[in-house]
Amino acid sequence: MELKPLEREPALRDPSQPLAGTVRHRALAHRWPRLKVGVPLSEFVFDGITGAAALTVVVLLLAVTTVVIIEAWPAVGRFGLRFLTSTDWDPANEQFGALPFIYGTVVSSLLALAVAAPFGIGVALCLSEMAPFWLSDILGFLVELLAAIPSVVYGLWGIFVLGPWLRDYVEPWLGRYLGFLPLFRGPRVAVSLLSASAILAVMVVPYVSAVCRDVFSAVPASLREAAYALGATRWEMVRMAVLPHSVSGIVGALILGLGRALGETIAVAMVIGNRPAISASLFMPSTTLASAIANEFTEATSDLYVSALIELGMVLILISLLVNVTARLLIYNLTRRRFSS
Amino acid sequence: MSSAVGQLSLRYWWRKFKSATMMGATVAATLLTLVPLFWVLGYLLKQGLSGIDLAFFTSLPRPVGEKGGGMGNAVLGTLELVTLATVMAVPLGVSAGLYLTEPGRNGLMANAVRFAADVLMGVPSIVIGIFVYALVVRPMKTFSALAGAIALATMMAPLVVRTTEEAIKLVPLELRESALALGVPRWKTSLFIVVRTAARGIATGILLALARIAGETAPLLFTAFGNQFWSTSLTRPIAALTVQVYTYAISPFPEWHRQAWAGALVLTGMVLIVELSVHMLTGKKVRAPR
Repeated sequence: MELKPLEREPALRDPSQPLAGTVRHRALAHRWPRLKVGVPLSEFVFDGITGAAALTVVVLLLAVTTVVIIEAWPAVGRFGLRFLTSTDWDPANEQFGALPFIYGTVVSSLLALAVAAPFGIGVALCLSEMAPFWLSDILGFLVELLAAIPSVVYGLWGIFVLGPWLRDYVEPWLGRYLGFLPLFRGPRVAVSLLSASAILAVMVVPYVSAVCRDVFSAVPASLREAAYALGATRWEMVRMAVLPHSVSGIVGALILGLGRALGETIAVAMVIGNRPAISASLFMPSTTLASAIANEFTEATSDLYVSALIELGMVLILISLLVNVTARLLIYNLTRRRFSS
Repeated sequence: MSSAVGQLSLRYWWRKFKSATMMGATVAATLLTLVPLFWVLGYLLKQGLSGIDLAFFTSLPRPVGEKGGGMGNAVLGTLELVTLATVMAVPLGVSAGLYLTEPGRNGLMANAVRFAADVLMGVPSIVIGIFVYALVVRPMKTFSALAGAIALATMMAPLVVRTTEEAIKLVPLELRESALALGVPRWKTSLFIVVRTAARGIATGILLALARIAGETAPLLFTAFGNQFWSTSLTRPIAALTVQVYTYAISPFPEWHRQAWAGALVLTGMVLIVELSVHMLTGKKVRAPR
């Protein structure tokens, strides 16, 4: 017998014909049907219905953003950029400035993230690198439950349990040892920026850890094995193989957690005290964009007041779109590699 | 020679120690993270259990000062809102998920849909409330159950899209190919072979999404609004458990606080039962999307 070189496809093929391929290739190559003879109507209807549903999701996102911007427009036109820099929130005289709300939102979320980040990453490392399968299954489920508890329940717990506990035990301690900072001076009340941050931290940890777990599991096994083959201990393996490969994913997880914290409404509205003023102390009541809308919307008497509240919503959705888009892009980049290989 | 070995083993022990410390720290982080979970659940049981009796589910809230009363209308309202939202969001979400999993859907449109669903999940729920207020409540000139359900459906749809996609992705391509090879039309293959195979995954995804939106308060505040009386009308304000708990929790009355704890316990109980049963039934296969 004689071995012949594989026959190659002629260089010049009829461009109107599809490329020859396997069944799988052809099945995969099926795209949105062009209107041509031979495509049954049923296929066309099926693609039409599912396509319309898919398009609705995109339209929904665009519609939410557009409607909020349109509704906010009277206030945008009236106050311009002053809205973002003014600290004056006086519904009686129709003076509206968003700075205290932006301040409260950003500070409470960043503080929450600073606390949640080490915990979220730690939990993810423990579950994906340390615990045996059965244990990580149980622990992972319990951590997920943290995300399942409704935020109004967290708020209730915050009002009656966490807030008073922070006031009685944590705030005196912080005041004694870190009281030289203006952050930790002031009266001791149960409703404060600190309580809100603490609640947010608890609520954000499961999000950070869930995404980090996905990111860690996308690290190729060969990298881990290579590290072990070099004689690495478990922690050295994590530092050499897992963490460097996951940097952008971890950042994405943290930004995603930040997005959750920025948009959290009810739990924060219940514990932050709703005081539209900026103060250096974390022990003082404050307010956020979302909680202000929740508290004042149904009480808003004039159209301009409603519009100003919606403009708070506009600022919120623009911030959260920015944050979410960034996070998603970072996470996609990392996890897509897994699917393509 | 011996000193070199000594150094080596010292360094070896140091590295082992460092590794144990760091990995121990991750275990500590996990345990500390679970403290709030048990703290919340413990308090719910302690404060809420005494408030739960038959009257809680069957009677209306009483005015301030009167003892007793329940949240029957709110339990009913939450069930109605969640059912309506499911009826709206599931066909939309599952169809969109089907669209995404037809072979060859990796173009601009499919990626835009995935991206939009993910970003929509991150849109603050209060903003969804504003959206529905402007689009439904204001033209209808009244808060209504319909508006509340639309708000919840808007939050539920992207969750269902993503879980449906994940569930269908688990169906082996060979199954689809075998059906196509037997001459089954593509749409029949998708609906009766692929979706049927993935039905369990899709159903659990829907359940998880249900549990998630049942606990939402913010989008209901100025859409469903709440109601102190029995109402199932689509065009009138309706009570919801979450809104009721919120109103009672921020009130100054101890009797209402007791009711709020009971309501919160019922709410959390419903959500946790769903989560637990989903976990028991499917293990790790289906998770709530992030």
